[in-house]
Amino acid sequence: MGTDEIIERLKSRFPDDILSVTEFREQTGITINKKNLLEIAGFLRNEPDLGFDLLRDLCGVDYLNKRTPRFEVVYQMYSIKNKHCIRLNVQVSQKDAHVNSVTSIWTGANWHERECFDLFGIVFDGHPDLRRILMPEDWEGYPLRKDYPVEGPVEEWQGFVEVLRKSEEYKQHQWYR
Amino acid sequence: MIGSSMIVDTAASEIIEVEEGIKIIPAANTIITTIDKLVNLSRASSLWPLTFGLACCAIEMMATGASHYDLDRFGIIFRASPRQADCIIVSGTVTKKMAPVVRKVYDQMPEPKYVIAMGSCACTGNFYKSYSVVQGCDTFLPVDVYIPGCPPRPEALMDGLIKLQEKIKKETHRWGRTR
Repeated sequence: MGTDEIIERLKSRFPDDILSVTEFREQTGITINKKNLLEIAGFLRNEPDLGFDLLRDLCGVDYLNKRTPRFEVVYQMYSIKNKHCIRLNVQVSQKDAHVNSVTSIWTGANWHERECFDLFGIVFDGHPDLRRILMPEDWEGYPLRKDYPVEGPVEEWQGFVEVLRKSEEYKQHQWYR
Repeated sequence: MIGSSMIVDTAASEIIEVEEGIKIIPAANTIITTIDKLVNLSRASSLWPLTFGLACCAIEMMATGASHYDLDRFGIIFRASPRQADCIIVSGTVTKKMAPVVRKVYDQMPEPKYVIAMGSCACTGNFYKSYSVVQGCDTFLPVDVYIPGCPPRPEALMDGLIKLQEKIKKETHRWGRTR
C-alpha cells in the first residue's frame, strides 16, 4: 500500500484528527491530534491492510523557541507484512506534557516511553512502570531539554558527591598519599 | 638480572654482583637480594587486572588480551573477580551513574592495588564535558598510570602496563606492617 493510500485511509476514518501531512526525502510524517492518539494507533495496528505491527522508534523532540507547542513525540512505525512505513507526530505543550501510552498497542514502546520521560519529562499516561531508565533514579531535571545546562546543574548529583566524599575518606588507607 | 645474561664460573666462591642489589654465590648456588626486590619482582611479574570494561576502550583492552597481542606473556591475566585482582584498568568513559560502581569494585580489591586510567575519557573526560560524565577518574580513584588515546592502541596499553611494572619495581617496604 502506498503512502498516499495510507493517508487517505486515515483521513476518511479520522477526518478531524489529521492536523497536517509533511513529506521530506520520501518520508511522510502525519501530525495528529493528541486526544485520539490511541484510536489512531490502534487503527493503524489492527487494520489488516495497514498492519503496522512494529513500532520502530518512539522519541521526543524539543522545539524550544522554534515552535509552539514546545514538544513533539514521534512514532516511527513499520509493517513487517505489508512492508510500508509511516511516521506519526504528536504535539505536546510544556504546560500539559502528557501523552497516552501506547504500550497497550505495542509492548515494545515500554522502554522507549521511559526514555522519553527520563530525558524530556513527557509523562505517558497509562504506562505500567514509568520510571527513569538512563539517568539515576534521584536525578533532577530532564537532560535533553534545550534549556538544560549542558555541563549539568550547579548542584552536583548526590550519588557522585557521596563517591567523592568516600574517596577523600579512604585516602588514609592508600599506600602513597 | 632479567634480560641480561652473563657467564658465571660455577666453581667460584666469591660473591658476584649481577645487578645493583642482587648478588650470587655460585659455589653455594645462592642468590642474595633484598625482600623489596623479591616482592616487587613477584608483583610486577604477575599483575592480574580486573575484567572490567566501560566503553569502546574495553574492546581495545580485549584485543590486547587476546592472542595477537597476548598480555599473558607479561604475566598479565585478567581475573573476573575484584578479590583476585591486583589492578583495575578503567577502560572508557566513566559516567556519574557508573562512578559508585567503579569505586565499589576498587574498594573490594585487596592491597596492593593499582589503577590504570586507559584512554582520554578515563584520564580527563575527553570532550564529554557534560552533565553525565565524570571529568577524569582521578577525581575519585588514585590513578597510577595514565594512557592517552581515543582509544589507545594495544601497544599503548601494553606500554602503560609495563610502566606500571616499572613503578612497582621501585616501591620500597610495601610488604611490612609499618610504613
